[in-house]
Amino acid sequence: MRQYREGSHAVAEIVRLCKAQVISAYPITPQTHIVESLAQMVADGELNAEFINVESEHSAASVVQGASATGVRTYTATTSQGLLYMIEVLYSIAGLRLPVVLTCANRAVSSPINIWNDHQDSVTVRDAGWLQFYAENNQEACDLHLMAYRLAEDHEIMLPVMVCMDGYILTHAYEVVDLPEQSQVDKFLPDFKPVHCLNPDKPISMGVLMGPESYTETRYAIHQTMMDALNVIPGIADEFEQVFGRKVNCLIEKYRLEDATQVFVAMGSMVGTIKEMVDGLREDGQKVGLLKVIAHRPFPKKIVYEALKNAREIAVLEKAISLGEEGPLLSDVKSAFCGYGNQPKISGFVLGLGGRDITKKSIFEVQGALAGSQVDVKFIDLKI
Amino acid sequence: MIIPVTSKPRTSKANKTGTWRSGKKPHFIQKECIACRLCVMVCPEGCISGDKRCTYIADYKYCKGCGNCVAVCPVADIEMVKEEWWRETIS
Repeated sequence: MRQYREGSHAVAEIVRLCKAQVISAYPITPQTHIVESLAQMVADGELNAEFINVESEHSAASVVQGASATGVRTYTATTSQGLLYMIEVLYSIAGLRLPVVLTCANRAVSSPINIWNDHQDSVTVRDAGWLQFYAENNQEACDLHLMAYRLAEDHEIMLPVMVCMDGYILTHAYEVVDLPEQSQVDKFLPDFKPVHCLNPDKPISMGVLMGPESYTETRYAIHQTMMDALNVIPGIADEFEQVFGRKVNCLIEKYRLEDATQVFVAMGSMVGTIKEMVDGLREDGQKVGLLKVIAHRPFPKKIVYEALKNAREIAVLEKAISLGEEGPLLSDVKSAFCGYGNQPKISGFVLGLGGRDITKKSIFEVQGALAGSQVDVKFIDLKI
Repeated sequence: MIIPVTSKPRTSKANKTGTWRSGKKPHFIQKECIACRLCVMVCPEGCISGDKRCTYIADYKYCKGCGNCVAVCPVADIEMVKEEWWRETIS
């Protein structure tokens, strides 16, 4: 049913429909509204789940890790410092192959302290072994959460999934979202059946010591699964379309890429602004297009190459930077072209940090810089 | 692909942590022992056994040589000794 809802509340509603059984989270701006709604649902008896209050994000992640290990569906959400505080548990959850779903309400990282949006928090933990998806709008955020549970609990995958949605820009924005019926969700998302679980009747230890003779293989298995996920995702997306009647993109979305020579590449909510820009520039007869990257990990390298191979000038716009090098997404896009001849210019732009608005003027500045030689890192809207 | 990082019960016995010792091991003198069992409680490997006074001993297949038992013994009836010296005296 189509409803006018705040992004956070819509996501909480989806988690309720997914019947999460154990939820643990520590409130942190701008994630608070999501878990606050879920706590209310549990208190009101609308969601039959255990909501466990904790004293920190490290504990929240540990609680969902333990709960997931017993074979129940779990959920947590955080952002920024909270996500960084979870880091060691995030790696552990992935290593234990537990299908935890986490919402990251993307926010900048201290110092200086800043509660507004950019992607530095989730990009920093991209190597933890979690699948990472970035939502453009609230509908996509909702749909990606449904996909997240389905993918995480697929016995071919069994890895945690992080759904990233821009703090404030999405979490606090009211938009019309099409929320599914319980019967549809039940059809798409069967009960969670764990591969291994903690059960006193059949005792096992999880997370044991594994020395040089076997550690490498556990990392190989996660990497291989990530690569397999690229093949599994389209099939599950087709099922999603059959059940919910709308398409869900999980890897990339091509926007007016046909015959485009100049292409913007971006993740998250700034894609909406760029789409409007592309429409305007197309009206002026300019051959521009947009590639939205949804899956940051696993990174669909071949698909990205195929989508971009005819472009001559590529602009990678991102709300994060590997300080001392370049934007992480820029590195990924460049590596997709490695080994092929006749490379386009691939330039990187860093913008929208700490909640600075990305306007059409910002995108104009990016386009203006494309005419010159390739740039590795150019800060847009810089006031220095 | 999943490589489980799990193990079934009792498999820790297969892991002979005695090989972790680096030159020293506890020697149970068995003269002043009051059977307080503190050494049994602090042993991280659970490899100390005994019953009456002056009967306590460590299983060196598992003893890592941490010295906790030596530190906790209220009557100083356990001492850390060099492995070589120990091997010589027991042989």
